[in-house]
Amino acid sequence: MPQDIGDLLARLSDATGVSGYEMGVRSVVYEAFSKYADDIRLDKMGSVIALKRGSGPEPRRSIMLAAHLDEIGLIVSQVKEGFIQFETVGGFDPRVLIGQLVLVQGRRTLPGVIASRPPHVLSAEDQDKVIPINELFIDVGLRPEEVQDLVQVGDLIVLDQRFVRLKGDYASGKAFDDRAGVASLVVCLEELSNLRHEWDVYAVATVQEEVGLKGAMTSSYGLAPDLSIAVDVGFGQQFGVSESETIPMGKGPAIAIGPNVHPGMAARLIETARQNEIPYVTEPIPGRSGTDAWAIQVAREGIPTCLLSIPIRYMHTVVETVNLKDVSRTGRLIAAFICRLDGNTLSEIAWKLPAG
Amino acid sequence: MPPLLQKLSEAFGVSGQEQEVRDILYEATRDQADDIRVDTIGNLIALKKARKAAPNGAPMRVMVAAHMDEVGFMVTGIENGGWLRFAPVGGVDPRVVVAKRVVVGQERLPGVIGLKPIHLQERNESKQVVPFDKLVIDVGVGSKDELEGKVQVGDYAAFDMKFRELDASPDGLRTVMGKALDDRAGCALLVELLKGDYAFDLYAAFTVQEEVGLRGARVAAYALKPQLAFVLETTICDDLPKDKDLPDVTRLGAGPAITIMDRSVVADKRLVNLLVDTATQAGIPYQFKGPGMGATDAGTIHLTQEGIPSAVVSTPCRNLHSMANLLSLSDWDKTLQLMQATLQRVTPDILAR
Repeated sequence: MPQDIGDLLARLSDATGVSGYEMGVRSVVYEAFSKYADDIRLDKMGSVIALKRGSGPEPRRSIMLAAHLDEIGLIVSQVKEGFIQFETVGGFDPRVLIGQLVLVQGRRTLPGVIASRPPHVLSAEDQDKVIPINELFIDVGLRPEEVQDLVQVGDLIVLDQRFVRLKGDYASGKAFDDRAGVASLVVCLEELSNLRHEWDVYAVATVQEEVGLKGAMTSSYGLAPDLSIAVDVGFGQQFGVSESETIPMGKGPAIAIGPNVHPGMAARLIETARQNEIPYVTEPIPGRSGTDAWAIQVAREGIPTCLLSIPIRYMHTVVETVNLKDVSRTGRLIAAFICRLDGNTLSEIAWKLPAG
Repeated sequence: MPPLLQKLSEAFGVSGQEQEVRDILYEATRDQADDIRVDTIGNLIALKKARKAAPNGAPMRVMVAAHMDEVGFMVTGIENGGWLRFAPVGGVDPRVVVAKRVVVGQERLPGVIGLKPIHLQERNESKQVVPFDKLVIDVGVGSKDELEGKVQVGDYAAFDMKFRELDASPDGLRTVMGKALDDRAGCALLVELLKGDYAFDLYAAFTVQEEVGLRGARVAAYALKPQLAFVLETTICDDLPKDKDLPDVTRLGAGPAITIMDRSVVADKRLVNLLVDTATQAGIPYQFKGPGMGATDAGTIHLTQEGIPSAVVSTPCRNLHSMANLLSLSDWDKTLQLMQATLQRVTPDILAR
């Protein structure tokens, strides 16, 4: 499994798809979902919705799985003397941008770099400062007239770093947030193709999560599922961050607990993990989860929602690092959960009133 | 795409471990050289004996140097979590190593230098430069044991980047981007120069450890005792829009940069005049490197023994000492042309005062 997972995640992570401009990665996901879907379409916002029908009698209940398609990126704000200034699409720490390779989606794709001044010309004072984003420049190595012609304000810029396998089951790439989540949905669909499940399953690759959970809002409204599980990435254990703030790597997904999560449903997930001996941890999220789950939970008349987090290190940098086993475990856990859904599930997990 | 430059750029050769680069250069020059050897510190010295008649008596000894080493890192410790503590080798600004890919050790293990996610940071934390002692290299492990002894303290690490072409148009800048163009671009130039025929003995010195103190060049110059020396470098090209009214030092596309004075040497006026004269006569565009910045192998060469007249000719290169160096092959070609034309005019007379 990890071998194929690596290839799948490589294709997903390397593809281009900044929020609102997800075209590049959408076709990769469409193809990956199609293999296992009975039906597949794009909704009005561009989210990919794959349906795998259940075997139960009509009318069937449905569960929606959501992982976001979009990645954070940059956007051209000005061209100055042949160098490109930019704003961010999604949240970036300015310290992770300097010296990075990029692809500017101008009239054609232009490879470039976020320029850095060499230490020889810097004073001690200069070297103590973090350069803010609006003072950084992208260099595409062309003459100013050529850049003016090929690049305009509003052109998208994606960070350029290819997937690489590290030691053991680890791998690194630029957009594991949330292509690792999308990959786990593919694993889930693949598992389900060998199993019986009563409920319909909607696997949704949502758009524009990084700029306001927009694909999740609109797709969950459209599908009106009975239950939902969102899969995003969580903070994996890394150097310099306390253990209480992170999820251990290589120990399975984190099942979130908190106001954003339906406790009855979460209890079921935990039970499923135990029964199937799938490693997991629980993750306390006291408020906003910062994921599609936050939007889905309050769609329409409300949808019982759970959140699974795949731990990654260095989130929102081009060197995001994951343990591939955690991706496949997440997919298998969701599949196992789905197989147990039947006509009694909703009443079993529902809020109870005191008897009598 | 220039194949030798690409190969040199992608080769691993941090100061003190230039083996891989030396091997490539040995293969590239052995057919041209009359003699080729490695000295005690690791410099590769290739001799091309005079093929043209020397004007008077024994042929001159001319040294041309380019350094093989690149700036990089060394593993200084291993944490229990398997994270690798590291220190820079050569002058590296800690700001440019964050969120970058590296390769580590003899096994060339791929690794990453990460950072705390923005979501977990304290207020204003993202405004502070992270020093080297707060960064680690992660090769994809959860514990020290998982390293399986594949990394040791003292292993070297280098930036990891594939060489790429940015502008292929024949009359454009023909820009390329890659790691270690400082000074693999100089090495590639020197390989070309070895193909020429000269009226003097050309000692091509591919030096080591320039980035940690111009060390290899000093040793090479002492042994070779040349009558004059040229250093082929890449140099500071700070031609981006800048806040204050600071000089560009050099500009991309304006041709080879001739050094008048940097922090390590006042270039020999006679050689500078020869270069400028040659450029003018041959119609090769050139620029003067902004004075007072940077140091090169000429710094130690010119002070060897009783002194060796030295000059520096450089290809302008943006983003020096970071992962993605960027230069113009059009500039590189012109630097080569200038050196080829200049070397043809080297005679004992040029040193007359």
